[in-house]
Amino acid sequence: MTDPAMPPPRSQWSEIWGQFKRHRGALIGGILFLLIIAIVFLGPLIWTLDATYIDIRARNQGPTWAHPFGTDQLGRDTLARMMAGGQTSIAVGLTAMALALALGGFMGVIAGYFRRLDGPLMRLTDLFLSLPLLPLLLVMVMLFRETLSATFGPETGIFFLIVVAIGATSWMPTARIVRADVLALKEREFVLAARSIGTTNFGMITRHILPNILSPIMVSATLGIANAIITESALSFLGLGFPPDFPTWGRLLNDATQYLQDYPERVFWPGLAISLTVLSVNYLGDGLRDALDPRTRIRGR
Amino acid sequence: MLTYTIRRLVLAVPTLLFISLVIFLLLELAPGDPMANVPLTVPPDVKEKMRIALGLGEPTHIRFGKWLWQFFVVEPMVLSDHILGTTLAEGQQRVLSWQFRSPVMDVIVQRMPQTLWVVGMSYVVGILIALPIGIYSAYRQYSVFDQVGTFITMVGYSVPPFFSGVLVIVIFSVHLGWLPSIYDTTLRVTSWDTFVMQFKQMIMPVMVLALQTTAQISRYMRASMLDNLGQDYVRTARAKGLGETTVVMVHVLRNSMIPVITVIALGVPQIFGGAIITEQIFKVNGLGQLLITAIQANDLPMVQTVTFMLAVLIVAFNIIADLLYAVLDPRIRYD
Repeated sequence: MTDPAMPPPRSQWSEIWGQFKRHRGALIGGILFLLIIAIVFLGPLIWTLDATYIDIRARNQGPTWAHPFGTDQLGRDTLARMMAGGQTSIAVGLTAMALALALGGFMGVIAGYFRRLDGPLMRLTDLFLSLPLLPLLLVMVMLFRETLSATFGPETGIFFLIVVAIGATSWMPTARIVRADVLALKEREFVLAARSIGTTNFGMITRHILPNILSPIMVSATLGIANAIITESALSFLGLGFPPDFPTWGRLLNDATQYLQDYPERVFWPGLAISLTVLSVNYLGDGLRDALDPRTRIRGR
Repeated sequence: MLTYTIRRLVLAVPTLLFISLVIFLLLELAPGDPMANVPLTVPPDVKEKMRIALGLGEPTHIRFGKWLWQFFVVEPMVLSDHILGTTLAEGQQRVLSWQFRSPVMDVIVQRMPQTLWVVGMSYVVGILIALPIGIYSAYRQYSVFDQVGTFITMVGYSVPPFFSGVLVIVIFSVHLGWLPSIYDTTLRVTSWDTFVMQFKQMIMPVMVLALQTTAQISRYMRASMLDNLGQDYVRTARAKGLGETTVVMVHVLRNSMIPVITVIALGVPQIFGGAIITEQIFKVNGLGQLLITAIQANDLPMVQTVTFMLAVLIVAFNIIADLLYAVLDPRIRYD
């Protein structure tokens, strides 16, 4: 009886993938982002020069076969440093995003689900939104840098500090979006049905609410990565990020600007890396938003 | 409307108090002693007096109270002394900077004009570029102009100012030598030549900051125009024979501007934050640079005051945006 031309019913995820594929910018952005991650994390296996190896005789070189991106003022290989810096920058971006999502998702679900906590939690969110974030981040890094690098060692300490600082100051948009979605979900029949068979609050949130708010969370995840990478680079650029001998993209850009008059081409690679990563993630987020939002779906022909 | 305004203003007071407390307590944890640089030959009792003069050596809550008093009562008095010639603030202690050993507000007032010029100009320029781009790319959706415009705004959105700033310095100062890379704040505009100099040194910082603004605002403008272009009243306006210019530039634009204007108001404090980085790149000695040097020099009263002023800006523009929304859109009534 069914129309033979009708395609078989597809699962929700393959439907979303189909939508996502049609958004060319998102597809290119996603591939580019995966490519950058692959180069940065797998590249050192092929390009085995050490990022911290100082070869003072080969300092300030332009691009050669031995050093395709040239060397810096201490003769360290720029390509190796770019990959090492990218590992830190992307790791900071992903971890800070995960922290912001966890915090924001938790706040949003609690505020949306428990009516009594809604008011206080949303006022708290508003308060955080009124804080001047960049100055506060700078102050936090300045204050806790010494103590944390003394307890955990300079690299782990600063990593921890920057991730927590960025995560703690960027959860608010996620919380607001999630709260709005939870408020709408709570009125739906399936929640009522689940409640009538005696589902506990915990079960309700984990089994019924969380899977349904996945799409706004995924969109804010991509925007969160972009935000975290830019913030970390800004902190490093202002000299308040990772220690000087520890490369990140922002730090490399900061080092390069000090030699701007003599070697202006050096600012190019780290800046390009930051911009390309953020651009690809932003396109990915745009495409995800379109794919996950049923109202903007492009119908198949 | 009036009661709503009053309620918002009253609610802003505890918000601001809480923010100032958060900043104060955070700075309380700071290591370092502002008296560490005082020579050892200075006798201890003199040192003790200097400490008290700097407002140190008292418990936290008293110092917080004193800061509040100085910021909200003494500083406005000083302002009124300046403008009206009264003598209200005579003998009152003001918030003192630890690195300049002079009142914080005096330093801020010195630095304010540079920041306001660069930031204000870039915001205006950014909006003026963004609006036509947004309007035209929405009107010709999916055209080449729209595709290119959307891509460029996405790039502008993604390229951080500390890269775009450095990039334009490399191109226009190092390679071409057209524009100065350092902003000279001692320049006084007295003649045509100095005006040209001022104009030249403002181009790069203003355009770098404006790029961020343009990227954000034109995206909002495009989305808002697209929302309105499909509405019934647009079809009605066309059907009754209005010209295309009137339909788009009067009917659609007026309605699309409502959300965009609130976004513009909300963006003002953000751009002050973004100016911190831009000022650092172009060596503009404005407020952002003041904040960075104060953080590095452990000048806590300065950091406290500048950060708090930014918070005041954010809260104030939040209220302004909400009120503007109600004023512009008669469908929205808060009472």
